[in-house]
Amino acid sequence: MNIIPLFIAIPLGFAFLIPMFSRKVRWLPDMLGNLATLSLVILSFYTIGRTGNYYMGGWRPPIGINLVLDGFSSLMLIMVSGVSFAATLFSVQYMEKYTSKLRYYSLFLLMVAGMNGVALTGDMFNLYVFLEIASIASYALVGFGCDHEELEASFKYLVLGSIASTFILFGIALIYGMTGSLNMAHVGQMIQQQGMGPTLLFAMVMFLMGFGLKAALVPFHAWLPDAHPSAPAPISAMLSGVLIKVLGVYAMMRIFFNVIGVDEKLSWVFIGAGVISMVVGGLLALGQWDYKRLLAYSSISQMGYVILAIGVGGMAMARGGAGANSVAALALLGGLFHLINHATFKSLMFLTSGSVVYGTNTRDLKKMGGLFYKMPITGLCAMVGSLSIAGLPPFNGFWSKLIIILACVKAGFYGIALVAVAVSVITLAYYLKLQKYAFFGEVGEGLKDVKESPSLMCLSMGILAVLCVGLSLLLLPGPRAVLLDPAVEAVLQGTDYITVVLGR
Amino acid sequence: MIYLLTFVLFSIGLYGVVTKKNTVKIVISLVIMEYAVNLFLVLLGYRKGGIAPIMEKGQEIQEFAAATVDPLPQALVLTAIVIGLGVLALMVSLCIRLYEKYGTFDISEMKRLKG
Repeated sequence: MNIIPLFIAIPLGFAFLIPMFSRKVRWLPDMLGNLATLSLVILSFYTIGRTGNYYMGGWRPPIGINLVLDGFSSLMLIMVSGVSFAATLFSVQYMEKYTSKLRYYSLFLLMVAGMNGVALTGDMFNLYVFLEIASIASYALVGFGCDHEELEASFKYLVLGSIASTFILFGIALIYGMTGSLNMAHVGQMIQQQGMGPTLLFAMVMFLMGFGLKAALVPFHAWLPDAHPSAPAPISAMLSGVLIKVLGVYAMMRIFFNVIGVDEKLSWVFIGAGVISMVVGGLLALGQWDYKRLLAYSSISQMGYVILAIGVGGMAMARGGAGANSVAALALLGGLFHLINHATFKSLMFLTSGSVVYGTNTRDLKKMGGLFYKMPITGLCAMVGSLSIAGLPPFNGFWSKLIIILACVKAGFYGIALVAVAVSVITLAYYLKLQKYAFFGEVGEGLKDVKESPSLMCLSMGILAVLCVGLSLLLLPGPRAVLLDPAVEAVLQGTDYITVVLGR
Repeated sequence: MIYLLTFVLFSIGLYGVVTKKNTVKIVISLVIMEYAVNLFLVLLGYRKGGIAPIMEKGQEIQEFAAATVDPLPQALVLTAIVIGLGVLALMVSLCIRLYEKYGTFDISEMKRLKG
């Protein structure tokens, strides 16, 4: 049996079932929600090392819509399911203070369905549809608290997100007008035959703006620091941890690397956007006093690393020459490794922020202090997360940053490598600030009787904290060949993707 | 030429989103943008004097293909309109909620968030 459609069917089905059947029973939505995400985790491990196609309704491409599973999608599926499982586990007790858990889980699973769809689809318009499913669910979830700030952030996010979607749709329409096809592989084939033209260039600009907005690259980042902190903590973890990666970075890489093909100019755009995001996000995070806002700016900064690595990889691919392929592979390995690392440690940090808010009812760092003694597990998890993002040696963040910097040096970008190191120092600075004000020092006023968060919240944070340390092992040759290398190869094969899908 | 007009419409929408202060006007501008793209999609498949893409009995397939308009963009636009409706409903309900909270539609007065 083909398991590929299950990744979309399971969350969609549960999203429908939860509000249908669990109105009366209080514990049922929690159970069904966790069951759905847990089954996705198990299924996603089953996809490791597999590739395949699923033709919807039996129609073969280029006529029908197909779902494609390759190394890169498989990596995304594992990332999405892992983080969403941790988030649903966290929600069980955290979401008690909100009114409607039914709708919460329903929207949550819709978002997961959309993201899985984006990761799997091989059709451009289908990509847009799944992108909108995930986006609409996330707009609603950002405004879930229905308070002044949440609604304001949600509106801002909705307006910018809709503009992004419209740009993407416009790009898709242009591509369709040019090639007469929507299947990604088939479009790639046509583009290779027709070569570069003004229409394609215009479509590329549209895609860059659209996906850049979704991925919150710096000129387009304005919505992120409002939207991510305003959402409930598990949703912040999902948004920062996986949503911006799947809807932004993954979709961008799929279209630019596998369909259109990268060239030097495009790589320069990626490198430029990456460096600017890295620096601006890092500097702005330094000045924040709101726990979650600091994390949101840090997300922008860390996504900069990923985009930079992608740009360096694309540059090496476009330039060609001796050893270019190994440099490109190294850069993309670093980028993708940082992508999943960021998913674990940023969702961990957002969950700890939720735990802190649950205990103290404030997000202001100035009002906190000494929480490490009151909430030891949360404190420990936050420390693991901070050190991982800052890139200290035993944790996963160190290895991925090291690889990215090494790739920059190998590709000859010494200045950029230096900037990357400097931003890493800035990262360490603002996470030390977070640690100092929130978890160490004098116990803040009115925080004398703060207690540790309930067990399930600690459990989900614990899982992610262990993953933060454990993911370093992915770099060992064995696990790396299973998980990371197929993903890198899927990107590296570039427009050969076409032959894999169409089989000709 | 006519493609240019959809692009003008698109730009008008974008201009409205960027400059207007009233939330309802922003929503309307977004809808204009969306419809510009929908129009563009329909135009892509349009053919002067084309027939509806329904094949009648006894019609030659070549003849049919030469006369009909492209049905795929129409299917896409249907989907895009439904998605747009979902977004529009969410936007309008957010506007109503914002009005309840702040008592105004003016976004320059909603600034609890900054930084």
